[in-house]
Amino acid sequence: MTDFAKGMAQGLLSKIKDASSGKPMCFMEVCGTHTMSIFRSGIRKLLPREIRLVSGPGCPVCVTPVGEIDQMIELSLLPGVITATFGDILRVPGSTYNLSEARARGAEIKVVYSPADALEIAENNPDKKVVFLGIGFETTAPSVAATILQAHRNKLKNFMVFPSHKLMPPALDALLSDPEIDMDGLICPGHVSTIIGARAFEPVAEKFQMPCVVTGFEPLDILQGICMLAQQVSRGENMVENAYRRAVSWDGNRRARKIIETVFKPADARWRGLGTIARSGLEIRKKFRQLDARRHFGTREKTVPEPKGCQCAQIIKGMALPSSCPMFSSACTPLTPVGPCMVSSEGTCAAYYKYGES
Amino acid sequence: MKASRVLIDHGSGGLATKELIEKIFLKRLSNRYLSRLEDSAVLDGKSSGRIALTTDSYVVDPIFFPGGDIGSLSVHGTINDLAMQGARPVALTLGLILEEGLLMEELEQVATSIASASLDAGVPVVTADTKVVPCGKADKIFINTSGIGMVPEGISLGADRARPGDVVLVSGFIGDHGAAIMTSRANLSFSSGINSDSAPLHRLVERLLDRCPGNEMRLFRDPTRGGLATVLNEIAQASRVRIAIDEGAIPVRAEVISICELLGLDPLYLANEGKLVTVAARECADQALEAMKETEEGKHAAIIGEIMEVKKAPGPRVTIKTGIGGTRIVSMLAGEPLPRIC
Repeated sequence: MTDFAKGMAQGLLSKIKDASSGKPMCFMEVCGTHTMSIFRSGIRKLLPREIRLVSGPGCPVCVTPVGEIDQMIELSLLPGVITATFGDILRVPGSTYNLSEARARGAEIKVVYSPADALEIAENNPDKKVVFLGIGFETTAPSVAATILQAHRNKLKNFMVFPSHKLMPPALDALLSDPEIDMDGLICPGHVSTIIGARAFEPVAEKFQMPCVVTGFEPLDILQGICMLAQQVSRGENMVENAYRRAVSWDGNRRARKIIETVFKPADARWRGLGTIARSGLEIRKKFRQLDARRHFGTREKTVPEPKGCQCAQIIKGMALPSSCPMFSSACTPLTPVGPCMVSSEGTCAAYYKYGES
Repeated sequence: MKASRVLIDHGSGGLATKELIEKIFLKRLSNRYLSRLEDSAVLDGKSSGRIALTTDSYVVDPIFFPGGDIGSLSVHGTINDLAMQGARPVALTLGLILEEGLLMEELEQVATSIASASLDAGVPVVTADTKVVPCGKADKIFINTSGIGMVPEGISLGADRARPGDVVLVSGFIGDHGAAIMTSRANLSFSSGINSDSAPLHRLVERLLDRCPGNEMRLFRDPTRGGLATVLNEIAQASRVRIAIDEGAIPVRAEVISICELLGLDPLYLANEGKLVTVAARECADQALEAMKETEEGKHAAIIGEIMEVKKAPGPRVTIKTGIGGTRIVSMLAGEPLPRIC
């Protein structure tokens, strides 16, 4: 099997070389899972020199603004509140400390693997209020929406969601509108595309003349995606192709999108590094307002400046490399992260740090 | 009436304590040292060599997990810490901190498991202590075990002894314990079928030292917390070498790979409780591999890499050859592995 994989990889690499034929090309892998897979498999070192990969804004933890982290910490410290969350967010620094430290200060924070677990915690603790931190892209939104529907059906009074979901296509639009960004193609996120479908990238491809390939996460998938991008560039094309057909269809998952639409509506959202982007987030609809932790507790996000010297904003946009940040691997490490790109296991800085790239 | 839960009284030192000790522990763990219930155990010393002494505390959550529990783990873990220095384990101590309200049934189950692990390993618990703390001041049960062992003459092992040209071996599938714990914690609605690998390794070490005498076995390490990646990095640093491993050669169960993909974890960083990593001189590598494969605990052993010379920059490190032929650095674990969002 290994020899087979090596053979396939060699084949794809030589196709990539043929397609690029020495012409410099820069592709962005939008999704954090791609970033990790690229590093884990050592793809960057196998690619021809002229092909450059930069990592994009596709890690939901990394794009959550400091002000929102502060809000989550504030909620977690309220008496009688249990915060349920995916684990990634615990070490993301707020303006003074993080959720992990809030837990040490007495906040009851439980790491869950599914929003349904948070619902169960609420059912088992009727005297407490359970707040689930809804962070993620289109991939996690359907299951959170389904949980909200269930809580609403069961008239659960002590379950709430802190909505902080982000949508990928509007972010890509905003990113590519930045005149400083110079990109030859996008390795589009596989997981997100299972929900929104490959077609969701068509407006971006058209507007920015940008080759897009929806790509899977195995090393060979990624080489295939890069190969298709290089071939598009060499032929002067800019279309959406799907290299991940075993999971992603052209139209995506309509049922999942329907659930999202039932519970949420698009709203402006703030992204760390990218600022406020119109209709790039999800807000809980009025019908389910009693399940909205923001409304219930009346918290407001304060605008907090990014930590001084932190270059996450540039890194998320693919405009700077972690190694060019003065804090990288000195003041900022996975144990004491300054910026969000270091804290998430799928953040660009964490990947560079973990896999020793410079 | 027999209490169904541990009460503060059980830690008072009075009658209730006596009853707890006799009915739960002595009944299962009795031996000629422990039964005396003296303030300390006085062991008969007959073997020569140096004394190895170790201590470890066990706070695993959940206390019962597929393939073991906190009791068996506290016996195996400490025996393995002794074995990694080439010591033959002689005796264990047992310190228990119980949370008020712990089900007596659960305590009995843990005590039974300690007893059977100690009997299987042939290492007795010779002295013990029990304390009870109020509800909420501990999490069910915490265990500390210390172990004493004898290192036979002529054995010298150390993480700083790996030399360029040496070979790196692992005694079997990695990541089973970590994956078993993570899946029981994750409250997954399906069974992963992965059991902890918790097992004593002193017999395996003894066999290796018999088969490859002299100083051909350079070191033994058990990749517990931090996993294989962290242990290899520690060896690379201590010996000032580069360790080059081959991803395809590392034994990992398909189930563990799947669970890691699901939870966003890396098998290289998952804890093991019944595996060892060893570095052997090249000329005895095959012999060492064969010796391991003959045992139950080492039947899936494999050669996973080699020790290379290191140039000044970038210094000691661990590199891995990936499935598609790329190379990358394997770094140490930083902080607790956190499951990812998407």
